Amino acid sequence: MAELMTLADAIADYVHDDDTLAMEGFTHLIPVAAGHEIIRQGRRNLALVRMTPDIIYDQLIGAGCARKLVFSWGGNPGVGSLHRFRDAVESAWPAPLEIEEHSHAGMANRYVAGASGLPFAVLRGYMGTDLAAQTPSIKTVTCPFTGEVLTAVPALNPDVTIIHAQRADHAGNVQMWGIVGVQKEAVLAARRVVVTVEEIVDVLDARPGAVLLPSWVINAVAEVPRGAHPSYAQDYYDRDNEYYQAWDSISRDRESFTRWVDEHVLTPSSR
Amino acid sequence: MTSPDGWTADEMMTVTAARALHDGQACFVGIGLPSTAANLARRLHAPSLVLIYESGPIGAKPDRLPLSIGDGILATTADTVVSVPEIFNYWLQPGRVDVGFLGAAQLDRFGNINTTVIGDYAHPKVRLPGAGGAPEIAASCREVFIVVRQSSRTFVEKLDFVTSVGYGSGEGDRERLGLRGRGPLRVITDLGVLQPDTETCELTMTSLHPGVTPEAAVAATGWPLRISPSVVKTPEPTDEELRVLRELTS
Repeated sequence: MAELMTLADAIADYVHDDDTLAMEGFTHLIPVAAGHEIIRQGRRNLALVRMTPDIIYDQLIGAGCARKLVFSWGGNPGVGSLHRFRDAVESAWPAPLEIEEHSHAGMANRYVAGASGLPFAVLRGYMGTDLAAQTPSIKTVTCPFTGEVLTAVPALNPDVTIIHAQRADHAGNVQMWGIVGVQKEAVLAARRVVVTVEEIVDVLDARPGAVLLPSWVINAVAEVPRGAHPSYAQDYYDRDNEYYQAWDSISRDRESFTRWVDEHVLTPSSR
Repeated sequence: MTSPDGWTADEMMTVTAARALHDGQACFVGIGLPSTAANLARRLHAPSLVLIYESGPIGAKPDRLPLSIGDGILATTADTVVSVPEIFNYWLQPGRVDVGFLGAAQLDRFGNINTTVIGDYAHPKVRLPGAGGAPEIAASCREVFIVVRQSSRTFVEKLDFVTSVGYGSGEGDRERLGLRGRGPLRVITDLGVLQPDTETCELTMTSLHPGVTPEAAVAATGWPLRISPSVVKTPEPTDEELRVLRELTS
């Protein structure tokens, strides 16, 4: 059963140094506040997993929390590059970053296999590309029924998955809607699960198309209003596109990035 | 760059890309130029165009241009929103989508695309965002359109990295690799349109935009570009096309 906790306690209890950590949310419902708490608590040596690293992982990488990134598209959506990610890959700052690179279809299927309790997933993918030569976790498998050669990718089973959702009830059942991405799979694939929500409510009334994650697959739920900002939470607030634009210049050089982390993440008044 | 008639090369490119889409088709849309073109087509000649975004919306009908691939406007106007595994496994992979619309950082003469690195993979000169949905869009959509500005820096003799496959190393390669869609049937640029040669699959200039000379197209291409003997001039953007496009992008 999920326990209702503060965000600081949830990160302290469930995110450890050296963990493989997945934080998902496809443009929508990105758990940014949880990322900042991980930076504040100084986690190190994390293997970060995420389809679209986005600025949340740019910040974790720049702050020195990561040793590895497993991903499929590393950009600032609608703006351009992730400069901290690029600096880590191109110049090993602040530390070398090992990368394990896939396509979206491959990553999605890796989570599906993890959630399904299977060792790998099968897809039609990567054929003819240079990705398989760089990524050892892309292999082929022969269909035992037709003889067709298909692509195999191993299951992803993060030590801990963190997502952000619209709301939860007092028992820790979580409800999310709109673009729900790959979060259900990332949660069910993980050994430990932390969820931040916009609000805790007495009753989760039914909503068309909503995903419900029952309390018994979650370890901790923390109420963090605006916890997805600058991404958005449908029916709560819109995406802060200006922040994404501004991130381009903030993150472009090491000093302005470091100053930004000091002022906006590490200083107690910024919490 | 604005023509004497008051439209820009980018507007010509977007209008040409929009014209390539037919009403009733299902179109897998990337953000940026492809999204602008698909949304323009839906407002002009293709009101029943089904817009599919990799974040999960199917049949999105945004009343403004989405600013990101998972913009809320896509979910709230869609016929349905599905999960990311579902969009790739149930909708893209079996070949249900008519047109995949892609961009490129580098493109070669067989329509193969690089969006991963410039330079060596382990020690890149420029680390680009990577694959995203593109490899499987390029493999599985019934046909692929690529929208990209034409320059010798982008249109290269040899890619630094093959992220998404067009025609591989030529005729017959898609079949050998088991890629089931027909591949990049059009590359729409700010200078004109390239289409694969019916025998060799090499991209050949089949249309030049008004005011663009064959020499200019050759100069903007990093391989010895072939101009089709039957090359045509792209029809100019109409007043209606420009009005709707500017409304959309303003």
